[in-house]
Amino acid sequence: MLDIKRIPIPALIGIILTALFVLAAVFAPWIAPHGNGEIVGDVWEPMSAAHLLGTDNLGRDLLSRMIYGARITLFIAVLATVLSFSLGAILGFSAAVFGGWFDTLLSRLVDLLMSIPTLIMGLVVLSVLPTNLVTLILVMGILDSTRVYRLSRAVAVDINVMDYVEAAKLRGEGSGWIIFREILPNALSPLVSELGLRFIYAVLFLSTLSFLGLGVQPPDADWGGMVKENKDGIVFGIAAALIPAAAIAALAISVNLVADWILNRTTSLKGGRG
Amino acid sequence: MNLVLRLVAQRVALGLLLLLAVSVLIFAGTQILPGDVAQAILGQSATPESLANLREQLGVNDPAFVRYFHWLGGAVTGDLGTAMSSGQDIATSIKGRLWNTLFLAFWAAIVAVPLAIILGLIAVRYRNGWVDKLISGLALASTSFPEFFIGYLLVYFFAVKWQIFPAISTVYDGMPFGERMQAIALPAAALTLAVLAHMMRMTRAAILNVMQSAYVETAELKGLSAFAVIRKHAFPNAIAPIINVVMLNLAYLIVGVVVVEVIFVYPGMGQYLVDHVTKRDVPVVQAVGLIFAAVYVGLNIIADIAAIVANPRLRHPK
Amino acid sequence: MVEVVKKGGDTLLDIRNLRIEATVYPPGESPKNIVLVHDVSLTLEKGKVLGLIGESGAGKSTIGLSSMGYGRGGVRITGGEVILNGRDILKGGKEGFRKLRGREVCYVAQSAAAAFNPAHRLMDQVVEATLLHGTATRAEAEKRAVALFKKLSLPNPETIGERFPHQVSGGQLQRVMTAMALCSEPDLIVFDEPTTALDVTTQIDVLAAIKDAIRDTHVAALYITHDLAVVAQVSDEIMVLRHGRLVEWGGTRQIIKEPRQEYTKALVSMHDIEHAEQKPGATPLLSVRNVTAAYGGGCIKVLKNVSVDIYPGQTLAVVGESGSGKSTLARAITGLLPPEQGTVTFDGRPLANRLADRPKEDLRQLQMIYQMADVAMNPRQTVGTIIGRPLELYFGIKGRERDKRVAELLDAIEMGKGFSDRYPAELSGGQKQRVCIARSLAAKPKLIICDEVTSALDPLVANGILKLLLNLQQHEKVAYLFITHDFATVRSIADSIGVMYRGEVVRYGAKSKVLMPPFDAYTGLLLSSVPEMRPGWLDEIRSSVTAGFAKMAEMSDEGISLASGH
Repeated sequence: MLDIKRIPIPALIGIILTALFVLAAVFAPWIAPHGNGEIVGDVWEPMSAAHLLGTDNLGRDLLSRMIYGARITLFIAVLATVLSFSLGAILGFSAAVFGGWFDTLLSRLVDLLMSIPTLIMGLVVLSVLPTNLVTLILVMGILDSTRVYRLSRAVAVDINVMDYVEAAKLRGEGSGWIIFREILPNALSPLVSELGLRFIYAVLFLSTLSFLGLGVQPPDADWGGMVKENKDGIVFGIAAALIPAAAIAALAISVNLVADWILNRTTSLKGGRG
Repeated sequence: MNLVLRLVAQRVALGLLLLLAVSVLIFAGTQILPGDVAQAILGQSATPESLANLREQLGVNDPAFVRYFHWLGGAVTGDLGTAMSSGQDIATSIKGRLWNTLFLAFWAAIVAVPLAIILGLIAVRYRNGWVDKLISGLALASTSFPEFFIGYLLVYFFAVKWQIFPAISTVYDGMPFGERMQAIALPAAALTLAVLAHMMRMTRAAILNVMQSAYVETAELKGLSAFAVIRKHAFPNAIAPIINVVMLNLAYLIVGVVVVEVIFVYPGMGQYLVDHVTKRDVPVVQAVGLIFAAVYVGLNIIADIAAIVANPRLRHPK
Repeated sequence: MVEVVKKGGDTLLDIRNLRIEATVYPPGESPKNIVLVHDVSLTLEKGKVLGLIGESGAGKSTIGLSSMGYGRGGVRITGGEVILNGRDILKGGKEGFRKLRGREVCYVAQSAAAAFNPAHRLMDQVVEATLLHGTATRAEAEKRAVALFKKLSLPNPETIGERFPHQVSGGQLQRVMTAMALCSEPDLIVFDEPTTALDVTTQIDVLAAIKDAIRDTHVAALYITHDLAVVAQVSDEIMVLRHGRLVEWGGTRQIIKEPRQEYTKALVSMHDIEHAEQKPGATPLLSVRNVTAAYGGGCIKVLKNVSVDIYPGQTLAVVGESGSGKSTLARAITGLLPPEQGTVTFDGRPLANRLADRPKEDLRQLQMIYQMADVAMNPRQTVGTIIGRPLELYFGIKGRERDKRVAELLDAIEMGKGFSDRYPAELSGGQKQRVCIARSLAAKPKLIICDEVTSALDPLVANGILKLLLNLQQHEKVAYLFITHDFATVRSIADSIGVMYRGEVVRYGAKSKVLMPPFDAYTGLLLSSVPEMRPGWLDEIRSSVTAGFAKMAEMSDEGISLASGH
């Protein structure tokens, strides 16, 4: 199917880096040299052979916390993306296929939700909701599903008016065949690429919330939370906070590279999206 | 011209309606907890008195719509209520902070907008060349960077290593302009970098769209110089999409402000909001949330109006 | 270098060994270099018109634009000389190009609607080049422009310049664009498919205006088109191009009457399909009675009281211009747009109005083929799946039996069974349309609706499709409802004809009767507007067409607006 040699280098880098992050997250307890909350040395020790990335604001091994942090970051971001994606895509497709008042109502609601910046709406809601993982995932997933809704509705509406879908209707195909055999295969590629972008957005959104102290709560920490923990060191010239921040950027760029490549592959297939 | 006026009026009316709906949503957003809000805010260990007090303050004894109209009525007349945590009048606390935030956002925009448009033009001029590739590579990178990464990188180098600008942006009333500018240099730079790439990418797309149209080719085939083609033929048609891009990104800048203010401990609206979300001070959150949303909606309306006014089909109907 | 002897003193344009290349950027791949024009030479004398003709990708526009030193996108001239008024313009550099464009050479684009800047008034754009090159004052230029508007028979020539492009119809814009090109009194005008986007009755009007303007101003022209009949009317010489190479070059009469190359012969003899009209049978297969249909919940009536019959194994051609309702008729018959009034009877039984209410058997017997074959096939399905699906759905044929039938069908459309694993994107335009035909044949239908099935194809490919359809009709005894805007196609394949105009059938009957005078005003106009492939045709029919317009103007309350587009 896919020839590895034909994957462009940026995409390859993206794939490899993303895979590394995922592996670190999955096998965190086996890879991390120390425990997540284990205090192993002085506060903000510099990088050394014993502590490859140094220690954090409480004297915990930064590398170990980064690895565990990957786990929490990816876990929440993945679940939020899955939620936003399934919610947005199902509603978007339904709106496109059924139309009528269902479509109008949903679309207006989404317009309304999108007329408030996501972060602001998130902060408003989080001011009354209990701070835990479930709330976080729900808030992130639901707020972000509006974008997925818009895209999947637009894609499905585009495809639904294509002549080949009309031909299938004229042939007498049932709605099952039309949705799963005619529309879905053609909607998949733009949606998969959007999946990548939504995931990046989830990572950035989660990190921002945690950085503001409204996301993952201590003693657990995702990368955004770790930036918050170590940010006071910056004024003393201690770069510990920059490391998790850079990790977020690296993850986002890698996924972006992969998503870009998928999107390009899609558009290069003539008529792939129509 | 009448048609344009009518469309603009329609758009403004629609915007006001949207704003009303937004206020409902923000209000509802703070009411979504099932059960007792006061209990949720104060936690299980709260005393019955403090619970009763809070309920009184929140006015939860009234039905929700009564509270909403009370709140909205106040907000429209400039009364945003009092903060639960400090007992201060919210409108008074906000005034200075709103000005600070607008000051910061203004200077960030002053730098970011022309820079983005110029870089966008350069990318178009040398499209598919290395400059274009470099610019779109940077754009990819910067859309992937969280704001605090950019912010702390700036602090780490400009404030700590090279000590050019302060790491903490303290501003106070009556501060001389020069000092104030120095104080906001880093947060403004962080904001600029946060929106620059995206704005540039969108500007590039908007200009490319116009430059590839047939009437630009017609102008070139009349022997107009490249500059004249852009000035007389591309610019009048590109202005609306560019204004659109700028407005959308200014709206994005408003969000970036929240994080940047926290990084630099800048006394603006964003920091005020985050502080009070942590304190679960609902009246403040509602008020600040509404103001942010209003600015966002307002910028979007301006973008749409620009598009209406710039459209010759609407200005000169058949 | 070989010294080339100049041909007389009045050579205006002399292109020698032109080679043009382009860089393309396929998404996700590295940039590629392709050659668009290989070693083409031509000369054009002052005041003469040279027609450049060829199908898409022949390089005709690219050559035309090279006379202005212009290349679209990544197109650049990599070899040869372009000598205009005795000097090689390629050596002039950017500054040289600017002085030449809009002064010595002007350009008329295919779509004037897109080529005018929506932000400026027409007059400002018409005189822009003249003022830029300083050959006249603004007052002189505007006077000249108004005179040209008159010459090109634009309505309200004194004030039309005050208008914005979107306030003027497509046919008028095309004439304004011609005026714009003539305004700076150039030596050469490049006409790039100036009438292709227009309806046929509008086309003849614009064509005549262009021809007059060229004759009266003694300007030389390169006239680029894919339509040999059109170019035969306006040009002194014709150059046939294919895949960026010269095929044949000669006088118009010679190219049309005595073509030497096989390709030119094929182009000239394109409409040679002979189809003897069949007598209508006893009972019609499909009978449309008093059908009225509307879009937008009854607001916009697009079909008014339409009645036609199609007989088994025969072809009804429905012909009309854009907006005539001919495609809507197809949608009403298939149930995609349920008629508001009237009945459709198929094979003796009434068809349900709505598609959803029709039994599978009705759906099977009534198939449809679309104009754009590439969007009529799911790009994610192989040819085998596309053709095989009706077999599965209607007859339950699966597995090896299905593959066998697919191979037979591919054979029937003159494609090998090797194509069954290909995806639509891997096929040429003609092959795609053939696969669509095979898909509809797979259902063994009694009627196939063909909606403009050849209009997106190059002429020769389209001809092949028509021949195939006629062949299949003989073998399969299938009836066609053939919807088209092209009378030449109608002549080739129809047994009976319905002419549609603004939602009504204005003329209907057997082919021989419909094409026989006396005509009603619209059919007469339509028939006389179809360009014929012989020089001098345009001049002959000018008077009758003008009379036709006058008659239509009387009939139609919207007056002459019919003649000038929409």
